[in-house]
Amino acid sequence: MPEMTYREALRSTLVEEMDRDPRVLLLGEDIGVYQGTFRITEGLLERYGPRRVIDTPISELGFIGAAIGMAMLGLRPVVEVMTWNFSLPAADQILQNAAKVRYFSGGQVSVPLVIRGPNGAGVQLSAQHSQSLESFYGHFPGLRVVAPATPADARGLLRTALRAEDPVIFLEHAALYGMRGPVPEADYTVPFGQAAVVRPGRDVTVVAYSRMLHLALAAADELAQEGVECEVVDLRCLRPLDMDTVAESVRRTHRAVVVQEQWPLFGAAAEVATGIYERCFDDLDAPVERVTGEDVPAPYARNLEKLAFPDESRIAQAVRRVLQ
Amino acid sequence: MQHAQPVTVPAETLLEWYRTLVFCRRFEEQTERSFRRGKIGGYLHVAIGQEAVPLGFLSAARADDVFFVSYRDHVHTLVRGTDPGAVMAELYGKLGGTCKGKGGSMHLFDVSRGNYGGYGIVGGHIPLAVGAAYALRYQGTDRVCLCFFGDGAMNSGALHEAANLAGLWGREGLCPVVFVVENNQYGMGTSVERASAVAELARRFDAYDIPNERCDGMDVVVVYEVARRVVDQVRRTGRPYAVETITYRFSGHGAADLFQPYRTKEEVERWRQRDPILLLERRLRQEGLLDDARVREVEAWAEQRVQEAVAFAEASPEPPPEELYRDVYGG
Ligand SMILES: Cc1ncc(C[n+]2csc(CCOP(=O)(O)OP(=O)(O)O)c2C)c(N)n1
Ligand SMILES: [Mg+2]
Repeated sequence: MPEMTYREALRSTLVEEMDRDPRVLLLGEDIGVYQGTFRITEGLLERYGPRRVIDTPISELGFIGAAIGMAMLGLRPVVEVMTWNFSLPAADQILQNAAKVRYFSGGQVSVPLVIRGPNGAGVQLSAQHSQSLESFYGHFPGLRVVAPATPADARGLLRTALRAEDPVIFLEHAALYGMRGPVPEADYTVPFGQAAVVRPGRDVTVVAYSRMLHLALAAADELAQEGVECEVVDLRCLRPLDMDTVAESVRRTHRAVVVQEQWPLFGAAAEVATGIYERCFDDLDAPVERVTGEDVPAPYARNLEKLAFPDESRIAQAVRRVLQ
Repeated sequence: MQHAQPVTVPAETLLEWYRTLVFCRRFEEQTERSFRRGKIGGYLHVAIGQEAVPLGFLSAARADDVFFVSYRDHVHTLVRGTDPGAVMAELYGKLGGTCKGKGGSMHLFDVSRGNYGGYGIVGGHIPLAVGAAYALRYQGTDRVCLCFFGDGAMNSGALHEAANLAGLWGREGLCPVVFVVENNQYGMGTSVERASAVAELARRFDAYDIPNERCDGMDVVVVYEVARRVVDQVRRTGRPYAVETITYRFSGHGAADLFQPYRTKEEVERWRQRDPILLLERRLRQEGLLDDARVREVEAWAEQRVQEAVAFAEASPEPPPEELYRDVYGG
C-alpha cells in the first residue's frame, strides 16, 4: 500500500472524483489562485479552470447557500471552509436549508454537498479560532458528520461523501494534514457510520476520533508498559454514530473512556457515554469516564492553552481511574 | 418606474389571467377560513393583493425555468400549474399534499414544475437561487432562475451576499437569476421606510452592478411586460437582474395579524382601488371581453374549483407514521 499524507489523500481523492464526475466542483476562499490555505486544492484551478474551482469572496453565508442551490439542481459542490470556525455565519444555510430541504419538500430534492475544512484547536489561535463543532452539527438530522483521523480514512470517507446524496460535514484537523500513513489505492471507500477498532485490547475501551484518536493511541502505548491493554475505537463518523461497534467492545472490556477535544456539555462524549449506558449498563464494572476540553473559551497563552485541551496523560489517568 | 407599452397580450391570455387571479383569490380566502376552522395549522401567509407579481413573472418564464420563493408561496405554486387539491392537501397536512404533508404552507414544492420551494427564514433562500442559476449555466442550458422575496428580506445579509455573488458570476455570464422583490410595503408591521436606509429598494442592487428597475406590481399586464423583457435579457446574457415590484397585501401578514396597528383602514382602502383583479377586470370590460354574466361564470367556476380542492384535501389520508422517518436522508 502506498504511503501518503492526510493532505495528499484529500487532494488526490478530489482529483480522482473530479476527473470521474463533471458534476463535482469546488468553492471556497483562496482555494484557486492562492492554492488553498492548507494547500489541499493546490494546482486544481489550473487543472479544472475557474468554472469548477471557484475562488469566492469572504461570504460564507452566500457561497455555502449558493452551493446548496447548486446541489439541489444536480451538481456536487464541495465547499472548503478555511476553518470550521468560519462556517458559523452560514450555519443558517447549513442547518435550515441543507439539512432539512429533503424533508420539508417531501423527498423532492437532494443536497449532495460536501463542506470540508479543519475543525478543532490549532496552536495558540485563541478563542475564536479554536473550536470543535461536531456536536453542534451532529445535533441536526439530515446532516452526515464525519471526522477522519488517518490518511486512509480521509480518502475513504471523502470518496463516500463525494458520492453521497446528503450534505456532509467533513471535519478535518489542521494538526493531521502532514501526517503520513498507508492509503489504499483506486476506489477505496469507507462507509458512513462504521467505527473501527484500531487497537485491540482486553482491559478498557477508549473511544476517540479525529486528532484525539492519536492521543488515545499514545496513551494506550504508555499504559501497555504498565500491563494495561486498551482497546481503542475510532468513531470516524459522528452521524450516523456506530454505537454497535462501541458497545460490542465495551461488552468485552467492561470499562470505557470517551475522549473529545470539544467542551464537555452536550458533547459527543456525553452522547457516546449515554449510548454505552443504554446498551450495556449491566456489563460495566465502572462508570464511563469522559476526557474533554475544559469548559472555557480557548485561551491564547501557551501554558493555559495546554491546560484547556486533553493530552495523553489525562487520557491515561482516566483509564487508570476506570480500572480502579 | 418604467411604463407599460401597448398591450401585446392576446385576449384569450388576458381572460385566462383573469380566471387565474380570481381563482387564486378565492383559494387564498378559503385557506383563511380553513385556518379559522382549525383545518390548517401553523403559520399561514396568504398573498391576497399580490397575485399579479407571481402570475406576471411566471407567465413570462419558460416551463423549464425554475424558481424559489418565500413562505408566501401559495399563488406561485398555483399559477405554475400544480394541482390545487395537492396544494390544499399540503396545507391540511395530508399525504396527498405537494410534500406529503411534511412541509405545510411555508414549504410548497413541485420540482416537476421547477418549483424549488417555499422557505420560512426571511432571505434564507436567496443564496440558493443564485447557486441554482449558476448550476443551470454550468450544465450548459439557457434556463433561468427566478427568486421571489419580500421587502423585508432586502435587509438580510443573505440578500447582500447572494447579490454580490450574482454580480460576480454574472460578469462571466454564469448567473441567470431574476431577483423579484415583492415590495408589499411592510415586513410584518414594519414599513419599508422604517426598515431600509434607502427606501427605493431596487437601487440597492446598483451596489452589486446588477441592473434593476421598479415596476407596478398590481397591473398584471405591466408586470408581465417587464418580466418578459427581463427574463429574456437574463436568459440571453446569463447576468442577474432585479425588479422591485410595488404591491400590497390586503390581508394581515399572517393569520394571526388581526388588528394591524401599523396601518390604517384608509390606506388599505386606497390600495384596494388598485386591486389586481379589479384592474384586469376593468381592462377586459373596456375591451368588451368581459361582462357581468362572464364575471359570474368565472366566479362560479373558481368557487367550484376551490371546493374541489378542499374536498380532495379532506379526503386525502394523513401521512402514515412511516413518513416520520422518511426523507431525512437519501439512499
Ligand atoms: C430571519 C427571520 N427573522 C424573522 C422571521 C419572522 N418573520 C416572518 S415573515 C417576516 C416579515 C418578512 O417581510 P417581507 O420580507 O417583506 O415579506 P412579506 O411577509 O411582506 O411577504 C418576519 C419578520 C423569519 N421568518 N426569519
Ligand atoms: Mg413585505
